[in-house]
Amino acid sequence: MQITMTINGDEVSRDVEARVLLVHFIRDQVGLTGTHWGCDTSNCGACVVWLDGTPVKSCTVLAAMADGREVRTVEGMEHADGLDPVQQGFMECHGLQCGFCTPGMMLTTRWLLDHNPDPSEGEIREAISGQLCRCTGYDNIIKSVQWAAAHAREEAVTS
Amino acid sequence: MTATEVPMSAAGNPIGFGRMMRKEDVRFVRGKGNYVDDVNLPGMLHGAILRSPYAHAKIVSIDTAAAEAHPKVKAVITGAVLDTLKLAWMPTLSYDTQAVLATDKVRFQGQEVAFVVADDRYAARDALELIDVIYEPLPPIIDAKRAMDPGAAVIRDDKEGKTDNHIYDWEAGDQAATDAAFASADVVVVQDMLYPRSHPAPMETCGTVAHMDKVTGKLTLWSNTQAPHAHRTVYALVAGLPEHKIQVISPDIGGGFGNKVPIYPGYVCSIVGSIVTGRPVKWIEDRSENLMSTGFARDYHMRGEIAATRDGKILGVRVNVLADHGAFNAVAQPTNYPAGFFHIFTGSYDYPVAHCKVTAVYTNKAPGGVAYACSFRITEAVYLIERVIDCLADELKMDPAELRMKNLLRPEQFPYTTPTGWEYDSGDYPRALQLALDIAGYPALRAEQAEKRANGELMGIGLSFFTEGVGAGPRKHMDILGLGMADGCELRVHPTGKAQLRLSVQSQGQGHETTFAQIVAQEVGIPPEDVEVIHGDTDNTPFGLGTYGSRSTPVSGAAAAVVARRVRDKARIIAAAALECSPDDLEWSSGRWSVKGDPEKGKTIQEIAMLSHSNLELPDGVEGHLDAQAVYNPPNLTYPFGAYICVVDVDKGTGQVKVRRFIAVDDCGPRINPTIVEGQIHGGLVDGIGMALMEAIAFDADGNCLGGSFMDYLLPTAMEVPTFELGETVTPSPHHPLGCKGVGESATVGSPAAVVNAVMDALKPYGVRHADMPLTPAQVWMTMQGRPFRTDMAIE
Repeated sequence: MQITMTINGDEVSRDVEARVLLVHFIRDQVGLTGTHWGCDTSNCGACVVWLDGTPVKSCTVLAAMADGREVRTVEGMEHADGLDPVQQGFMECHGLQCGFCTPGMMLTTRWLLDHNPDPSEGEIREAISGQLCRCTGYDNIIKSVQWAAAHAREEAVTS
Repeated sequence: MTATEVPMSAAGNPIGFGRMMRKEDVRFVRGKGNYVDDVNLPGMLHGAILRSPYAHAKIVSIDTAAAEAHPKVKAVITGAVLDTLKLAWMPTLSYDTQAVLATDKVRFQGQEVAFVVADDRYAARDALELIDVIYEPLPPIIDAKRAMDPGAAVIRDDKEGKTDNHIYDWEAGDQAATDAAFASADVVVVQDMLYPRSHPAPMETCGTVAHMDKVTGKLTLWSNTQAPHAHRTVYALVAGLPEHKIQVISPDIGGGFGNKVPIYPGYVCSIVGSIVTGRPVKWIEDRSENLMSTGFARDYHMRGEIAATRDGKILGVRVNVLADHGAFNAVAQPTNYPAGFFHIFTGSYDYPVAHCKVTAVYTNKAPGGVAYACSFRITEAVYLIERVIDCLADELKMDPAELRMKNLLRPEQFPYTTPTGWEYDSGDYPRALQLALDIAGYPALRAEQAEKRANGELMGIGLSFFTEGVGAGPRKHMDILGLGMADGCELRVHPTGKAQLRLSVQSQGQGHETTFAQIVAQEVGIPPEDVEVIHGDTDNTPFGLGTYGSRSTPVSGAAAAVVARRVRDKARIIAAAALECSPDDLEWSSGRWSVKGDPEKGKTIQEIAMLSHSNLELPDGVEGHLDAQAVYNPPNLTYPFGAYICVVDVDKGTGQVKVRRFIAVDDCGPRINPTIVEGQIHGGLVDGIGMALMEAIAFDADGNCLGGSFMDYLLPTAMEVPTFELGETVTPSPHHPLGCKGVGESATVGSPAAVVNAVMDALKPYGVRHADMPLTPAQVWMTMQGRPFRTDMAIE
């Protein structure tokens, strides 16, 4: 079947089998390999992307379900004027080690900060509780999100 | 050198040890990492594995005709096909054999039976459904304690003359002296415990892309292996491929934790698939395949016995282990150590005698055994000793902190030879334990606990103290399949003073591209941003045994320091030639050789690099250029240590354990990049909390794996773990060039005992001394009823 969607602002049109998962569509057919595949059961969240502005686990969404909709992946986080504060925060606070869960973590926490610019530690933990990281122990992920929140506030003050 | 004395580069990085952002993160935060599943080659095909639904069954027949007729299928490979190539079986890292694809029978659920190569990953999976295998089920051996029963089904009847499921008996220490100490002791405490089968479960599963170029005869293998050089040699030896025509590339790896050390059947099948089809073949496990078939960890049934005086002086420890190795003995560890480094179980304490005996058996479970950041089974050893210490404290009605402090080795005893033969290099244990107690506010915690107990609330405080031996290892003692565990390193300084460092080890997330650049910066003064670290590619790096057992910094980090110092020494000669003085007249400071007493007169390392390539006349025998290489053969292991304290609250109604606080004091010697070290510790602590409370792979009576997905094999999320409170002491290793000891596995090794000790401390009012991990709500609740259950079997 023919599907068309917008990925990171670019229109993408492909002929796909109806059963193809969104994660495989993004990775294998569009070639954006920043979205990862870590489990088959919606537990790990390595595959999180945004679908019409909401984080979804793309291993349990059919590509066909994204037809006519907007997808945002990790490759769409960086702006013309630099990294998203969440990306910068993960670098500043050592919020990643192997990097495999990182794209999903960053997309979820970007969404969190868009809806709650000053989250508590507990709110950050809850926001990423649908995602697994085996390396960091989450401690520095929390700090990374707090860094991003603080620096978004600074920008808001200075601009 | 303290952090404040380290000069900073123009880019703001320390020219040496200190905190800096990781160089590799620039690609990872943009989604530009290159993991094995990101490798796509023109014409690439996809492989999938058909696996056994039975734990133990005879294969009557395999019919692949329908799969072969599938329009998108390019090849179907069975054990019979591999047999014609003499590849149906392969050697394991423990000198056993393992079926690549089963020929005679299947020996665990999830075992590899056939391999399909097709145009895409969906078609390959479709074709698996078309293969018709007829099995004749056999009685499975699931309980390791029944594996040696008379008449038990023989799992490894492929081995000539094999009539039972015994693998080996192994012992260490002095049995007679230990028995004598026990016979005359005031107090003897015996405790049985299971360290359950768990799984490293890195977020990225195992996989490979194999490309055999028929024209050049070169095999290129992208594989997320932790040991690319060792794998290359094994492929050469097993498959008869010429080693100079094999290139193994470990690209970015999404976590390893030991899971990615062995060679798995999927790798071999991918290679054969590429040879058969003439096209590149990609094979990537799904999560269930990863959990059910690749290297598990632990599975040690242990009996620990401790003898002591009435006032709490330990006299000796005795251990018996029944080791469940699964269907093939595929443990990855040095040859002379079949039980890994388990005999370091004497721990951090001062007593004269100890003995252990380990018996290993086959069961109808997946192979593996040394994995999950265990430092070659030191995890099991630390758990054993730290649990029996707490049991002894309970018996003596002594505070566990006091009992530990009374028995810890003292600083003046180092170097210290343990009753089982390890030579600990350096340590100040009481200082580390005291610091942990201070951070915790230990007396106040005990007071709070007493108050809570009086109110009927369950709060527990658990301690553990660990000593690890890492950085395997001295090549006269340690090898894997005959390959000595030394590591090469090579440093090339380009004419403009920028450098490339080539490592034999590689990162699975530890940050080698940053820390190894910092080692070069520290030793030769080139800023870390000017040092490119090249790793994970056998064609472009010197030989070495890989990254596991916390060995990168102790072995390869030492090699990096050695090559950097060789470059610095050569730079001195070149600088002297340029300055027309004797090398002896020069002194080194901040990346520059200058004339003693005349510091204005000197040459920076960058200037010397250009001079080394110039037509400057050099002394006889001195070659141009500024390069060096070395192979580092560690004289001993390094022995990091630490003191951990865990505070838990237990819900009386549900048995739910909440980890309220976790204090971790680690001593790994000087920290190259403290931020990275702390990150390693955080990750290990969560591993330990996971093992203590959530993670286990159990089996039902038919051998069905009960931990085959993340719905059943639970990893901690951010909700189950606290913010960690870290402390640090620094006791350098006397034999490592940088004094560094390695830290990657310390927290995984040290933390499970602290959590379990805390929970058992909370449950003291119920009069139960021990319950096996994982301490799930069900297990805790049953323990409160006085009936903790076996966690390796399905609950009856």
